[in-house]
Amino acid sequence: MTVTRAPAESLSVLDRPNSYIGKTVPRPNLDRLLQGRGQYVSDLELPRMAHVVFLRSPHAHAKIVAIDASAARRMSGVISIVTGRELETVITPWVGVLSHLKGLKSAPQHAIAVDRVCWQGEAVAAIVATSRAAAEDAMEHIAVDYEELAAVTDMRTALDPATPVIHASLGDNLAFERTLDAGDVDHALSESEVVEAEFVFGRHTGVTLEPRAVVADWNGAEARLTVYQGTQAPHMVQNIAALHLGLREAQVRVVCKDVGGSFGIKVHIYADEMATYALSKLLRRPVKFVADRIESFNTDIHARDHRCRGRIGVRPDGTITAFEIEDLTGIGPYSMYPRTSAIEANQVVNLVGGPYVTPNYRARARVVFQNKNVMCQYRAVGHPIACSVTEGLVDLAAAKIGMDPVEIRRRNLITDDAYPCASPSGMKFEQLSHHASLAKLLQMMDYDALRAEQAALRTRNIHRGIGIASFIEVTNPSAAFYGVGGAKISSQDGVAVRLDTQGSVICQTSITEQGQGSESLTAQIVGSVLGVSMDRVRVTLGDTDNTPYGGGTWASRGAGIGGEAALQAAKALRQNILDVAAAILQSTPAGLDIVDNRIVNADDGASRIELNELARIVYFRPDTLPPGIQPELMATRHFVPRQYPFAFTNGVQASWLEVDTETGFVTLLKHWVVEDCGTIINPQLVDEQIRGGVVQGLGAALFEKCIYDERGQLTNANMADYLVPMSGEMPDIDIGHVVSPTLESELGAKGAGEAGTAGAAAAVANAVNDALRPFGATITEIPLTPQVILTALGRI
Amino acid sequence: MSAPVSLSLLVNGEPIDAFVLPRLNLADFLRENLKLTGTHVGCEHGVCGACTVRIDGEIVRSCLMLAVQAHGASVETIEGVSDSGEIADLQAAFRERNALQCGYCTPGMLMTAQDLLKHSPVPDRQAIREHLSGNYCRCTGYQAIVDAVEATAKTRAERRT
Repeated sequence: MTVTRAPAESLSVLDRPNSYIGKTVPRPNLDRLLQGRGQYVSDLELPRMAHVVFLRSPHAHAKIVAIDASAARRMSGVISIVTGRELETVITPWVGVLSHLKGLKSAPQHAIAVDRVCWQGEAVAAIVATSRAAAEDAMEHIAVDYEELAAVTDMRTALDPATPVIHASLGDNLAFERTLDAGDVDHALSESEVVEAEFVFGRHTGVTLEPRAVVADWNGAEARLTVYQGTQAPHMVQNIAALHLGLREAQVRVVCKDVGGSFGIKVHIYADEMATYALSKLLRRPVKFVADRIESFNTDIHARDHRCRGRIGVRPDGTITAFEIEDLTGIGPYSMYPRTSAIEANQVVNLVGGPYVTPNYRARARVVFQNKNVMCQYRAVGHPIACSVTEGLVDLAAAKIGMDPVEIRRRNLITDDAYPCASPSGMKFEQLSHHASLAKLLQMMDYDALRAEQAALRTRNIHRGIGIASFIEVTNPSAAFYGVGGAKISSQDGVAVRLDTQGSVICQTSITEQGQGSESLTAQIVGSVLGVSMDRVRVTLGDTDNTPYGGGTWASRGAGIGGEAALQAAKALRQNILDVAAAILQSTPAGLDIVDNRIVNADDGASRIELNELARIVYFRPDTLPPGIQPELMATRHFVPRQYPFAFTNGVQASWLEVDTETGFVTLLKHWVVEDCGTIINPQLVDEQIRGGVVQGLGAALFEKCIYDERGQLTNANMADYLVPMSGEMPDIDIGHVVSPTLESELGAKGAGEAGTAGAAAAVANAVNDALRPFGATITEIPLTPQVILTALGRI
Repeated sequence: MSAPVSLSLLVNGEPIDAFVLPRLNLADFLRENLKLTGTHVGCEHGVCGACTVRIDGEIVRSCLMLAVQAHGASVETIEGVSDSGEIADLQAAFRERNALQCGYCTPGMLMTAQDLLKHSPVPDRQAIREHLSGNYCRCTGYQAIVDAVEATAKTRAERRT
């Protein structure tokens, strides 16, 4: 790896003997998952637990005239059948807006539809029974009389006067609009070659392998609700559940054990989950909801349904003079709660042109309502759109002036010594490394040799392409993301560490684990700082009763924010331990150190006392301590970034692929990523985050699309027809690093969870266009299906 | 709806007698009746591979099979092959290589990988990728899984020689 600058201190608390920082160590407790002994919510059973299934609307937009559940109510095993009107008395509706997204509007959304359904899949009744099968049997005997209404499905006509308005009280179908005008775009374009294209993105979804699942357990005697849920943000769920059920937060506990995939899908509040909380309260017993796969496709948030017209100005010497975009996105009938559905378009405006020095940038983004499933934040929110538009335009500009795609980037990427600086959209960059990253990428892929191979193969009618995509990534979000808009979503995280009676460490953190390695990075940091071996560090996550308050794991924040809290908590505990040790050993704290689970002399390293012996004295023989000593073998610290709204990272990706011009099939041959996430805590975990992220981006590039018909029916809501990447189609992915630690924390870590997804599709699209250049075909639409490619080639 | 019928089978070597509805699928029987929750349900239509188990030595998708069809059969699940130690080396390779993140696909992935290694002792990377192509993983991007299976194949081959 390449280190661009040293961390703040030349020898930090991380550079200690036997430090785990920067080392590949296996994640703790993987055997549980490897042996099928995980505890996913779908595995959970409680005494008297009932099961709920939801009867869902077959129409995209319809009035509910009548619901007749009388026959269903008489069926065996049925406990209760509840409509939206009935559930309204238990749980209040919500509106997904945030005050810092000026003008954003949405309509009240109910846990179960009241009077009207606004997308195919919206729940109209809940059937609670002794088993899921019994509930599904009963569901078939409920008769709903619908009066179908005109469905708004095409976002391009959603704002036309002739198009019906979905929520009359809002006046129109415009949820949010943002414009930006920096520099002098018109002047810049008037003196440049201008290239223009419309970029089209397929609406797709996360397809977590474990569907959304929740068990809600209202204990009427305790007046307390326990929610077992696969969520990324337990404290957010606690706050929202309490708010809408009329409870205090202390009356709600959220427990989150193993989670079968999240990717942003499980960071939102879904109507059916709210209904499940309410049903438990209403029926005074545990109620379990596990979405089936069709429900997942119809109700898990979708993302990326954008059409973005972009323009770029370029001079003959390769100078990019301006970017201009007009983005349109359709978000379904409601802005999601509580993070809202305007964030993705907002991110697109923030991020387009971000890697480049170009000061002239104009953007307009409009977010419209439609009668389709809701859209909201999915891994790398907005980044794949912004990156595909920016990098697609840069390649088009390079082609226009006959310049190599690498050369045009070299001439326009922000130089590595220009920091700190800001983008035309106001994004503040502390330290990025575009040029070092690009240089490393070219070396890893042997760019010149690949170009030669490409040219040689073209003479044999084999069409391979190289695609490059630079990107920036938003990580470590401060309160600027949600808190300033009024959302009770914490941007700070907390960690408590405690030395137990045998010298082991119990650590409670507010970040959560969905497989990224939150538990591992916490144990690595705490073990390193304390001088305790990792197998003696036990990490607790995902329980609002048993962790400090914090945001959770999303937006690439766990390592950077939760990791820094762990570091500071461990430092504090270390000091406390050394204070006690000094008293016991008649030494000074500065004269002692903790190494390999024992107190040693700082100077000669001689062993003085084992930590378990120190703990024994503190907990069981405090009478032998000197007078006035009150040991504190527990410490808690919190952290939130304050200086920068986001810790931006950067990187660059390259794709090498082959297009079969007869069939339109794309074969991915190789993929490279160079990424700069600052301090690397566990290289293997970082690389695997990036690989997994890349493959989700490759899915968007080639396969994934929720296909709706003109009546708002999702036509491929199953795993056989909605394609995701499989092992046989995926390339090996090589990863390199440049390291520019953030100075805002002692740890110096930025996020890495979304880098792969941010740039993968852009690299593939550029590579396909590179392969097709001899045919004069340019494609600015994903997924790049055989049909899209053959159409562009004029073959169909 | 038909009445429950009797069912006798071996599950992880243990004789099981039960009365089940004919419509109950094998995945639900293992999870709900026997509490063997390591067999995961991802799609319930035979695509994702998370529910892969072994029946009389062959891997099948337990969501596509009725429990009553397993009458008289020997069913092995992730719990069984873990406790017997049969795949301990493969599990260790997955752990070392971080070939799992959320872990939901992992039991099915291990059952499928072990099936490949039994039938094709030293598969190349493409053969591994092809064999695992019926098992979805949304977290890893597959490369680490391919690496772990490849490493296990090599270690086993060395042990044999």
